[in-house]
Amino acid sequence: MTRPMRPPFRTLLALVLGICALAAGPALAQSSPPRIVIGPGVIEPMPIAVPTFIDEGGAGDYARQITRVVISDLEGTGFFRTIGEDAHISRITSFDGGIAFEDWKAINAQVLVTGAVSVAGDRITVKFRAYDVFNGQTLEGAALQFAGTTQGWRRMAHKVADVVYSKITGEGGYFDSRVVFVSESGPKNARAKRLAVMDYDGANVQYLTDSSAIVLAPRFSPTGDRILYTSYETGFPRITLMDVGSLRRRTLEEQPGTMTFAPRFSPDGQTVVFSLERGGNTDIYALSLNGGGLRQLTNAPSIETAPSFSPDGSKIVFESDRTGVPQIYVMPASGGEGTRISGGEGRYGTPVWSPRGDYIAFTKQNAGRFHIGVMRTDGSEERLLTASFLDEGPTWAPNGRVLMFTRETAGAGGQTSLWSVDITGRNLKQIPTDGPASDPAWSPLLP
Amino acid sequence: MSLAAKSLLLVAALALAACNNPDRYGAGGAGGTGGAGGAGGGINTTGLGDPNNPTSIAYFNQRVGDRVLFAVDQSTLSPEARQILTAQAQWLNQNPGYAAIIEGHADEQGTREYNLALGARRAAAVQNFLISQGVSASRMRTISYGKERPIEVCSSEACYQKNRRAVTVLSAGAGV
Repeated sequence: MTRPMRPPFRTLLALVLGICALAAGPALAQSSPPRIVIGPGVIEPMPIAVPTFIDEGGAGDYARQITRVVISDLEGTGFFRTIGEDAHISRITSFDGGIAFEDWKAINAQVLVTGAVSVAGDRITVKFRAYDVFNGQTLEGAALQFAGTTQGWRRMAHKVADVVYSKITGEGGYFDSRVVFVSESGPKNARAKRLAVMDYDGANVQYLTDSSAIVLAPRFSPTGDRILYTSYETGFPRITLMDVGSLRRRTLEEQPGTMTFAPRFSPDGQTVVFSLERGGNTDIYALSLNGGGLRQLTNAPSIETAPSFSPDGSKIVFESDRTGVPQIYVMPASGGEGTRISGGEGRYGTPVWSPRGDYIAFTKQNAGRFHIGVMRTDGSEERLLTASFLDEGPTWAPNGRVLMFTRETAGAGGQTSLWSVDITGRNLKQIPTDGPASDPAWSPLLP
Repeated sequence: MSLAAKSLLLVAALALAACNNPDRYGAGGAGGTGGAGGAGGGINTTGLGDPNNPTSIAYFNQRVGDRVLFAVDQSTLSPEARQILTAQAQWLNQNPGYAAIIEGHADEQGTREYNLALGARRAAAVQNFLISQGVSASRMRTISYGKERPIEVCSSEACYQKNRRAVTVLSAGAGV
């Protein structure tokens, strides 16, 4: 029997083309209307099969839970649809045994992911293979083994999913990452806030501070081991540096009569760029963490804030209201006046340079609505990805293809929550958190 | 000041005082004069006193008026604001035993970072006006809460206009 030659990953091709088309840049640009959620029909999710990983000894519930997380990661992208196990014809009973590819073709699975888990004491080993069902081959580089402590089982599941996602889309993975955010409680006029970190999907929440002082806008260091944030712990807003492992923290730049906020790391983790307010005027400064002192980067009577480095460290994108309305500017990392890049109607803020260097994400406020958007680093090809009463503060996934942000509902009972959206505007969804949450910041991909 | 202007001021002050909630930052919130466990000094406790006693904090808050309001995105002082601040300065000059922290606030329209900077601008506008009226800079300090501490919680201009404010918070002591 011969089958007509079938291009492997037909749907995938569409997906990759979709992203390529995006990268090449449609000519729509400036005047494009706000895009909210585009229906799932735009990209047909690729059917895949992920049978429950095999228990190769002592794995107990881990095999089932790891499989569940792999499926959740992949389906959560909107690019994959897993075919339920009740529809499977073959069972995978041995990790290294032969595979009846015809059985997987028959249910139209384009990719098959098999895995096995073994546990000895507190050590766990997870191995997996991802196959191209139609040519019966392992996807190149998609046959790996992870070993560590059982405590890290979710991370291993994320790593499996990252490899599969990455091999199929050609994009970097982002599932094995953490998000630091502000956990909120209490009424709108007396909100209590504390720092917390979680897996990118909302699991494994840990609290880093209590709620005795307001904390705002945490940011991970490029290696994920430190966090910068703004805290009112001293009674006044001050940028604070925390070591994630020990939770030890210290206040940076305590100049009397000033306020410091909106900190971010440089790509090499050696410098903090932030806003310093003195006498009502806010400018951008850089502070070397190696004792190199403080440098003033902007010097204007207007508000200059929300600085973010380009991934090569050569430029800084920031927000300024020097024209009377907040807009986005780019300046050399050494400082200067900067060149305005935002040009549309409304107010622009919180620009963040993509880790891939290709886009700048921002918050836009126009006609009583807030949007998360992206633009090229020269301001062209602006596209709004969301629209709501209040969306703000985008943060990039490590692969530069997904954004997470804060959404707040209106009114006395208004609450914050965390949402994510692809840079195409697709796959808008809420991240599950125990309670109200704001100001997410994505870590780099974990090692 | 004419009697009419004085009565107007009083009415305005009383109206403002009505929305003054002394526990506005809630239990456990970072107080304006020192967060829990903070290194910036302990919590300063001062009795509000009797609003009929012209040297009391209660009198300042309710009769003089402890806050001024701003237009959207602005830190310019309106004529009404100048009137209240002139009275604040007079009171501060007559009562040198008090220090003040001037809190700047913004409404929820705007990003967190921008609103922090805007609140600071508003607090500084008030501080500069008070200095111009003879109040010593050493008695005052500013802080911005951005949009973190609204006093009114609805999402319409009726609430926003009360949230775009700078509040002069007194404590006993000659300096801050």
